Amino acid sequence: MSDYAFYLWGSYSVTFLLLFLEIFFLLKRKRETKA
Amino acid sequence: MSWFWYASPQTFYPLAGRMAPWFAGAALLLAVGGLYVGLFVAPTDAQQGEVYRVIYIHVPAAWMSMFIYVVMAGWAALGLAFNTRLSGMMASALAPTGALFTFIALWTGSLWGRPTWGTYWVWDARLTSELILLFLYLGFIALQAAIYDPRRADRAGALLAIVGAVNIPIIHYSVVWWNTLHQGASVSVTRAPTMAAQMLTGMLLMALAFWMYTIAVTLVRVRCIIREREG
Repeated sequence: MSDYAFYLWGSYSVTFLLLFLEIFFLLKRKRETKA
Repeated sequence: MSWFWYASPQTFYPLAGRMAPWFAGAALLLAVGGLYVGLFVAPTDAQQGEVYRVIYIHVPAAWMSMFIYVVMAGWAALGLAFNTRLSGMMASALAPTGALFTFIALWTGSLWGRPTWGTYWVWDARLTSELILLFLYLGFIALQAAIYDPRRADRAGALLAIVGAVNIPIIHYSVVWWNTLHQGASVSVTRAPTMAAQMLTGMLLMALAFWMYTIAVTLVRVRCIIREREG
């Protein structure tokens, strides 16, 4: 696993970071449109 | 009740609000199941070792990148044909998530390619056509943002989305039509899969999770667009 850790966790971490950011900015937009 | 009842933004708005949490919950449950099977149950690949586990996000993200574009182009075509307001809104709501999954497919494919192929990137037909898909999404978003009148932006974006749809079969068949470094499909509806059952289960669970996620965020985003445009 250690030989490939950078490639494997580099894939999973960036994917879930991007999905988290999409949800964060979407909820921010939702709050702003309701204001 | 006629389904056309929900073709109006005002009637679709409350329905989208009621559906979104259910799809979000389904996405979360399926993702937990898919990650558990993919990371803890599925065996190590005999040739690639542990790095093959990138496929549990790479393949579902690549599928979603193409599927979302087809749905987006379909909504755009409906909008052009019937001049319905909700169609343009749905196309606009789908584009950011489609672009996101296209980037994820390219990013994870690149990180899988380095230890497997020996390179992060190669200009073969599959990778290049997927990169063009990302540019099509970004072009659609930029074009809509550049036009002040939303209905004109919808029509201009619809033309781009429909013309760009020609890229989808090119992506899908690129590994058949050309001699590519990217391997052919391991999963097909016309023949048995060429991978272990646990690997396939993990991948399908993650694909369903991404699908439910896409529906949930699209419903929330289209509600934002309805409020922004129609108050």
